[in-house]
Amino acid sequence: MKWTHAFLAGLVFGAGLVISGMSSPARVLGFLDIGAIGTGHWDPRLALVMIGALAVATPLFALGRRRGQALDGGILPSLPTQGVDRRLIGGSVLFGLGWGLAGICPGPALVDLGAQPWPMLAFVLPLAIGLLLGRRD
Amino acid sequence: MLWLVHGRIAGIAGIARVALRGPDRDWRLAFIAGLVAAGMVARITVGPAVVAGLDTIPLLRLAIAGLLVGIGTSMANGCTSGHGICGLARLSRRSLVAVPVFMGTAMITLALFKVLA
Repeated sequence: MKWTHAFLAGLVFGAGLVISGMSSPARVLGFLDIGAIGTGHWDPRLALVMIGALAVATPLFALGRRRGQALDGGILPSLPTQGVDRRLIGGSVLFGLGWGLAGICPGPALVDLGAQPWPMLAFVLPLAIGLLLGRRD
Repeated sequence: MLWLVHGRIAGIAGIARVALRGPDRDWRLAFIAGLVAAGMVARITVGPAVVAGLDTIPLLRLAIAGLLVGIGTSMANGCTSGHGICGLARLSRRSLVAVPVFMGTAMITLALFKVLA
């Protein structure tokens, strides 16, 4: 893949995260704060972001499946054959713990690193260490 | 879009993990550079609202959260974009399980944290 395409894809993805509010920990925590449902302070907007992204991505993935190959002729990866296992559940729990503590997941972490390097480095460096620690290989 | 054009899944955690140590790193590093550049541009054009709330999180909490997010997404092979968008859009059974688990855990964690704090 051309690195220019990948850079542009990152730029567009990042812009989407900023425009949708995902880059703001306050906005994400406002969504995760289910204790606020009914108080008028709960912020359901991120659910709309997810629904919107799925509304675009689902038909695109379906289109790719029908074509059988990528537009550049590359092979499209098929769904993983491994089923639901303990690593998936355990990993998702750990991820949820971290996400609930700070309201930051990997994509927004990298966007926020560009927007405000400090204190984001305090999140991104441990994130990188964690990514390497959690590998199976 | 990455998948359709190039046959790649745009899960951020997976891209970042392989960019750190793995094969075919060039496009992954370029993708990450694009994300970081988007943040820089947004900071200049939009202002500090881009990262609203970041300053209220203590450093130690940021660091612990980062480590947990890293280990967790690496073990589960996916994060919000990987399982939440790409996985669900492809009707992956693993993602249908992972998304409620991490979203539910995050909501419970935050609720407990608010009670204790």
